[in-house]
Amino acid sequence: MISRPVLLVVLAALAVAAGLAGLCLGAMPVPVAAVPGSLWGWLGGTLPEGVSPQHASVVMAIRAPRVALGLLVGAGLSVAGALMQGLFRNPLADPGLIGVSSGAALAAAGVIVLGGGGLPLWALPAAAFGGGVGVTLLVLRLSKGDGGVSIETMLLAGIALNALAGAGTGVLVAMSDDAQLRSLTFWTLGSLGGARWEVLAWVSPLLVAPLLAAPWLAAPLDALLLGDDEAYHLGVEVERLKRRVIALAALAVGAAVAFTGMIGFVGLVVPHLVRLLAGPSHRTVLPGSALLGGALLTGADLLARTATAPAELPIGVVTTLLGGPFFLGLLARRRR
Amino acid sequence: MIALLLSVALAGTIEDARGQSVAVSAPQRIVSLGGGVTELVYALGAGDRVVAVDASSTHPAETEPLRTLGYHRQVSAEGVLSLSPDLVIATTDAGPPVVLEQLERAGVPLVVLDASPGLPALEGRIDMLSALLDVPERGVSLREELSESVARIAPDTAPRVMFIYARGGGTLNVSGSGTAAAEMIALAGATNAVEGYEGYRPLTAESVVMAAPDVLLLTEGGLASLGGQAGLLEQPGLSQTPAGRAGRIVVMDDLLLLGFGPRTGLAAVVLSGALQESGE
Repeated sequence: MISRPVLLVVLAALAVAAGLAGLCLGAMPVPVAAVPGSLWGWLGGTLPEGVSPQHASVVMAIRAPRVALGLLVGAGLSVAGALMQGLFRNPLADPGLIGVSSGAALAAAGVIVLGGGGLPLWALPAAAFGGGVGVTLLVLRLSKGDGGVSIETMLLAGIALNALAGAGTGVLVAMSDDAQLRSLTFWTLGSLGGARWEVLAWVSPLLVAPLLAAPWLAAPLDALLLGDDEAYHLGVEVERLKRRVIALAALAVGAAVAFTGMIGFVGLVVPHLVRLLAGPSHRTVLPGSALLGGALLTGADLLARTATAPAELPIGVVTTLLGGPFFLGLLARRRR
Repeated sequence: MIALLLSVALAGTIEDARGQSVAVSAPQRIVSLGGGVTELVYALGAGDRVVAVDASSTHPAETEPLRTLGYHRQVSAEGVLSLSPDLVIATTDAGPPVVLEQLERAGVPLVVLDASPGLPALEGRIDMLSALLDVPERGVSLREELSESVARIAPDTAPRVMFIYARGGGTLNVSGSGTAAAEMIALAGATNAVEGYEGYRPLTAESVVMAAPDVLLLTEGGLASLGGQAGLLEQPGLSQTPAGRAGRIVVMDDLLLLGFGPRTGLAAVVLSGALQESGE
């Protein structure tokens, strides 16, 4: 086990390193020396000698928003995963359980298949965000009984609504033409390719808010690890905690999915990695997941956009190919 | 056409499918996204100026080493920029839209051509590309060739043709109206056996029998995915159609048949000939 401060410092350094690598590397060869110059130019200064406007535009208009989006989305997905695993007291829980992803996918499929060509650029993310959060609210509503929100009912309602949303998506798939089907398939594999500063202006508040709020839930979630009743006797308002966890997870995942499509694996595995490294306390798991998730996703995106340059790989494929074997290796080592 | 050339000469810009004006210059580093338009660029004699194409640009063979950009709906902005193109030719099918926008913001000239099938849209693409690439006379001769080929088609009969888009067994997607396949069937002087809906739909065995096509039309890739002619006729319903009973199946190269590129006239002549032959 690594102590909390050491772990957080190491993970923060990792995230910074991934971000810097993301700025310096890409399909287009840009000298590393041109990166600070590009930043200076973006901030309003004159471009230093030897930094072409094209280099500056690649670094600041394409790579920088992509790195920022990767850090935020990776952090958001991972913290949402940690919150859900804490709430469900189940290491297999991920935000998909409460319908965020399937709701977003249904709405996205609706826009892609029924929307036609004339829709504005924000139509797809807006619909996906609405679909994700909407289905989650429905799950929450259905699982509310006299005694408050029942986790068990929530799980079952989530399964049923996921299946229904999946069937709805299936209907849309059956109606779609070849091109729409391919767009939809690519959407479900995720991409950070849509990152622009305007996108970040929209998505940052939606992701930063849950990231900042999550640490306040660390102590009550730790108490909840002991059981609902135990947590209640420790002074945790369990019902309020459940609603807050769901709200934060839905917000973060809804926003992430809306702008980047479905990026699997990160939300499930990153909290595990942190727990394997430094123990199960949410005081460590929540910030640790945010840092590691951001670093992992940014690193994965770097691979996605350089491995087959000038084409790109879907990032969901890369996160899984990278993280899967690593995670299995850690599991094997722990069993020994 | 003359009006278009005039407006080019006067303004030095042309208006593309998005209604945006694109400056006419003589581009030296062209990126082309889309099988049909890539073929047109080569047919207009500008192939030596192409630096990269997308995965669907499979013709002519010279594009093979340049086929590096992946799927044309999922283009990477930095990937395209890294080739420092001075003209990106895309169609209304290319994307994602955000990436096209990023390319423009990075100062890369981008022209978006109308991707719809059919002769009028194809002629529009020829006019626009020949103006952009500054080879107007090649454009004129390409259009003449095209209309000569189409004029030559005078079939004795108009067989009912069903185009089947196949990707493996199980479901057959059948072309209704408004598709590239339906346009080609009409150009070849035949009748689309299926009317009543736009685009592609999976057809059930019963409705295939009801449509009663005289000839089945497939792409080479499609037929291969079903395991050849025998596999095709095993698909439910098909062997009960007039086409299936008589074994009248016409197969053509995917991009030749559906690409609506410079070989469209040739494709129509070939298709018309094959349809007549299979009917005898």
